[in-house]
Amino acid sequence: MAKRIDVSGLNAYYGAHKAIDDISMTVEPRSVTAFIGPSGCGKSTFLRTLNRMHEVTPGGRVEGKVMLDDENLYGPGVDPVSVRRTVGMVFQRPNPFPTMSIFDNVAAGVRLNGGRVRKDELDGIVEKSLKGANLWNEVKDRLNKPGAGLSGGQQQRLCIARAIAVEPQVLLMDEPCSALDPISTLAIEDLIGELKERFTIVIVTHNMQQAARVSDRTAFFNLAGVGQPGKLVEIDDTERIFSNPSVQATEDYISGRFG
Amino acid sequence: MDITPATAAPPPLGAAPAPAGQKATTRPGDRIFLALSRGSGILLLVIMAAIAVFLTVRATNALSHNEGNFFTTFEWSANSTPPVFGIAVLAFGTVVSSLIAMLIAVPVAIGIALFISHYAPRKLSTPLSYVIDLLAAVPSIVYGLWGALFLVPHLGGLYSWLNDYFGWTGIFEYHDGAARSLFTIGILLAIMILPIVTSVSREVFLQAPKMHEEAALALGATRWEVIRMSVLPFGRSGVISASMLGLGRALGETMAVATVLSPSFEIGKSLLDPGGGTFAQNIASSFKESGEIGKDALIASGLVLFVLTLLVNGAARLIIARRKEYTA
Ligand SMILES: Nc1ncnc2c1ncn2[C@@H]1O[C@H](COP(=O)(O)OP(=O)(O)OP(=O)(O)O)[C@@H](O)[C@H]1O
Ligand SMILES: [Mg+2]
Repeated sequence: MAKRIDVSGLNAYYGAHKAIDDISMTVEPRSVTAFIGPSGCGKSTFLRTLNRMHEVTPGGRVEGKVMLDDENLYGPGVDPVSVRRTVGMVFQRPNPFPTMSIFDNVAAGVRLNGGRVRKDELDGIVEKSLKGANLWNEVKDRLNKPGAGLSGGQQQRLCIARAIAVEPQVLLMDEPCSALDPISTLAIEDLIGELKERFTIVIVTHNMQQAARVSDRTAFFNLAGVGQPGKLVEIDDTERIFSNPSVQATEDYISGRFG
Repeated sequence: MDITPATAAPPPLGAAPAPAGQKATTRPGDRIFLALSRGSGILLLVIMAAIAVFLTVRATNALSHNEGNFFTTFEWSANSTPPVFGIAVLAFGTVVSSLIAMLIAVPVAIGIALFISHYAPRKLSTPLSYVIDLLAAVPSIVYGLWGALFLVPHLGGLYSWLNDYFGWTGIFEYHDGAARSLFTIGILLAIMILPIVTSVSREVFLQAPKMHEEAALALGATRWEVIRMSVLPFGRSGVISASMLGLGRALGETMAVATVLSPSFEIGKSLLDPGGGTFAQNIASSFKESGEIGKDALIASGLVLFVLTLLVNGAARLIIARRKEYTA
């Protein structure tokens, strides 16, 4: 199921602008890795290079290597579409398909690429995914209602259910709780703790407590100045990063003595 | 920064200074504007009512003299005594030619719009959009001349082909002759409404929310699947509106049809048979030579076209409203 991500020498550009510079790191399978760092340091950009979403932005370009176990995602002849099926993504703002019902939202990925699934099998997948996203009990009586009719926190869990329905190896989450209230946030943090049994999870967050609560490893990114590319400062066990980081800038950032 | 609350604006010259922030007072400017807007609203309604009354009276006048059945007679002799006229042929011609135009134009327009908004590189999409917008502004008589001088003489091949492969259906039977049929009109109308339908659809597709496109992409959707899952559902009502705009133009198109069609008051068995007519074309072709009853009869036919357009618009609104609950 879950796979190891091994990044080496990764650069990403927006046109002529270099957004991240020479990033190398390893993300362990069945663990949660948190990305922290100041705004604009390239966390989202880096996250999106991990499922080849960066290149869909106009001018987006990537150099370097991302190994998923022993497959280079940027190798010649690798189909970005199949990469994105293996590496799922949850966005900052909940984005269920507004014209689809709750059921169809969860089934959307399964039905893609000409995938034909028997109705009872699909029912099973949808139920399992919604249970996996801790949403089943809240929506089981209204699976045919539009997904847009749920609360923000429910919508975000619906998006998680949609992402895990296609059984990816890795789940990328870009500030998944930043649009949610504390209770929904807690629900999603609990969920992340459960999901790491099955997936490799990478989460971007601006919330230090959240990083400390949910992650096993933490990576700190920084940038030298405006217009400069973002760099990876260090990646280590979360406990170490929050108690005794090896780089001074990390400690400054975490303790709020930054900039 | 210069933030001046509206209430702090100095009163117009000559106005008594209003007690600041106290009970609501109407200022002269407001009163003038209210009177002006209310007045023009009422004026518009009065003019509309006057036109409606005028048209209805004249139309009723013609209908009271009609010796034929207004809806079923295949003839338009409104100037003979007694006058005999019916709209059957015109209604058939208008509806059929517009339908053909829609069947051809809407899918092509959606395709071009999607190409511009989601497939073409910017270097190509910008000039292409520009050309499409330009085509939408070409006057219809130009299309009419082009249709008569170029389209008609060049459609023989297509007609023979249709006859060879689809002649058995009856509606595509073709016997040599000029291609001045309802089918040609349909093609011409399709070309005429293509730019406007494309243009409006493109604008709608460009507004499809990025976040839903990314949601589909991140699930591993191909480009076409992204379009099917996030762009088309979003653009649906806009495309319907665009099509209705096109249909409205096709139903009422006058000069191009009058230039190309060789009108006759019969309904051919085949769409490729020359002849037929449309409401607008018939009015344009017969108005000058018509006497009083003749003109009134044309007005009556124009009213029917108006009702037809209203029905089409109403239907479109119903379709769009029915989808409302599913749009975010
Ligand atoms: N679509 C884009 N086009 C051009 N430049 C971009 C684009 N998106 C991001 N950038 C630039 O890339 C750099 C990194 O942005 P990114 O969004 O990855 O930062 P981030 O760490 O996710 O910030 P935040 O914490 O605010 O989300 C920034 O300098 C930003 O201006
Ligand atoms: Mg970001």
